[in-house]
Amino acid sequence: MKINDETIKYVAHLARLELEEKEIELYTNQLNSILEYMEKLNKLDTSNIEPTSHPVALECALREDEVKESFSVEKSTKNAPERIGSFFKVPPIIEIEE
Amino acid sequence: MKETLNLNIKEISRLLKNREITSFALTEFYIKRIKKYDPLISSYLKLTEDIAYEMASEADRRLEKKEGGMLTGIPLGIKDILCIEGIETTCASQILKGFIPPYDATVIKKLKKEGFVHLGRLNMDEFAMGSSTENSSFQITKNPWALDRIPGGSSGGSASAVAAGLCAASLGTDTGGSIRQPAALCGVVGMKPTYGRVSRYGLIAFASSLDQIGPITRNVTDCAIIMNVIAGHDPLDSTSIPQPVFDFTEALGKDIKGLRIGIPKEYFIEGIEPDVKKSVIESISIFEKNGAHIEEISLPHTEYAVATYYIISPAEASSNLARYDGVKYGLRVQGKDIIEMYKKTRLKGFGKEVKRRIILGTYVLSSGYYDAYYRKASQVRTLIRKDFEEAFKVCDLIVTPVSPTTAFKIGEKSEDPLNMYLSDIFTIPVNLAGLPAISVPCGFDTLGLPIGLQIIGRPLDEARILSAAFYIEQEKKLKKIPDMFL
Repeated sequence: MKINDETIKYVAHLARLELEEKEIELYTNQLNSILEYMEKLNKLDTSNIEPTSHPVALECALREDEVKESFSVEKSTKNAPERIGSFFKVPPIIEIEE
Repeated sequence: MKETLNLNIKEISRLLKNREITSFALTEFYIKRIKKYDPLISSYLKLTEDIAYEMASEADRRLEKKEGGMLTGIPLGIKDILCIEGIETTCASQILKGFIPPYDATVIKKLKKEGFVHLGRLNMDEFAMGSSTENSSFQITKNPWALDRIPGGSSGGSASAVAAGLCAASLGTDTGGSIRQPAALCGVVGMKPTYGRVSRYGLIAFASSLDQIGPITRNVTDCAIIMNVIAGHDPLDSTSIPQPVFDFTEALGKDIKGLRIGIPKEYFIEGIEPDVKKSVIESISIFEKNGAHIEEISLPHTEYAVATYYIISPAEASSNLARYDGVKYGLRVQGKDIIEMYKKTRLKGFGKEVKRRIILGTYVLSSGYYDAYYRKASQVRTLIRKDFEEAFKVCDLIVTPVSPTTAFKIGEKSEDPLNMYLSDIFTIPVNLAGLPAISVPCGFDTLGLPIGLQIIGRPLDEARILSAAFYIEQEKKLKKIPDMFL
């Protein structure tokens, strides 16, 4: 076993996912068998191999810094579940002292 | 109008331009077919009837004035992962329910410029994660050739709609085989272009270093026609390749004499169904009989591709899917503070496969495991890429099966994720290396289920792939639409 319930709970927290109890057990089992399968990569010696993060060699795409029309605030925020004027509305982030 | 089902887009376009048929009537024909037949296969998430008629009328106005291109007035279905202004785009996920994109994906913009007709949104695995379309949070799509079987995935809606004749053609996306595998399992043509060939702007991201948009069509000619429209450099996608695109239809009908075709020995392994193997080998002998040179080649790191892919793609996905937080768009579930709001929103909004991959991806990127998993996989990716570079020194194309099996039964693999992942074994290496490849129908198994042939090419060599696929299509002349839908 590479990972246990606690690891799954910790990783889920990092990913901002709430899991139900039965999901924790299911994912622990499934991820263990998936990670076990991935062990096969360790059979390969890759000590001098450059990693590939991208399939084609790309040059950094640059463009002139020109002012162009962009989305209006109305268009950009139209899909928000909650908004106030031109802002996205979210629950309190900073605790307020009484 | 029914005879148009047996024509390619070039021929339909001629009828439209000669005003022998109107786009409006053609659109009506497809909409009636969708209403009659789609309840059998559930390929469409949403039919955009009013928009389709509006676009058809506009196309007819252009055609009357002798304007327009090959796709003017042609009704297409679009995978529900490509943003289109003003039409709900969900990625088959509850978390994006109600999301109305404020802009068009570049491919949609290009299709609109041509004057295509948007029939509707096609079903898929949620966020394109899956090989069977069973992970859609809305509905299960069926294979038109056997209604108790899966159509493949993740572009299962696109492939099944094309196979059942419920659109002239469609667009799909391919991260690990999501165009080619459903095309193979539904008996239609599907192309994954070279990474960077088609702009990803407006494609809802799953794994950004692997995703590509491509056509799913009833024949190779249609595939080339759609490639002509969607390929090309786009300043809005920094990974888009600044290379000119020529007319892909010119590649069709070319002689294959002297073509060097590589057959990788690692792709004819145990576990591959005998009918699939037989059909692929038969296709290879067609190439050989007509003057192609067949070479046995080796892609020695093939067996590591699935493990590599299922580290890299969930890692990228866990990062891409961080944006679904209940703030900017889509679902929100209230919580006492912002963290609880994020967690509850993501609990309710994501399906189990998406959560599984986010957890896997977050784990392999987490502190202390990054080198062991993500870095290791990125290094093995280099080895896989180099395997192909070596192989293409001695051959021009590589021919393999698309999938080790034909379409499996609904529910057969859905409780066993690893087994499901292994069904992508022949398509994944192509994405890791960024190469172009096609799935072209090459036969049927004893149950009457379609089999696909995969043809892989060098970067940017889509034309040669299309030319070889066209050859197989002309030799085989296989049935395109199952009787039930005629």
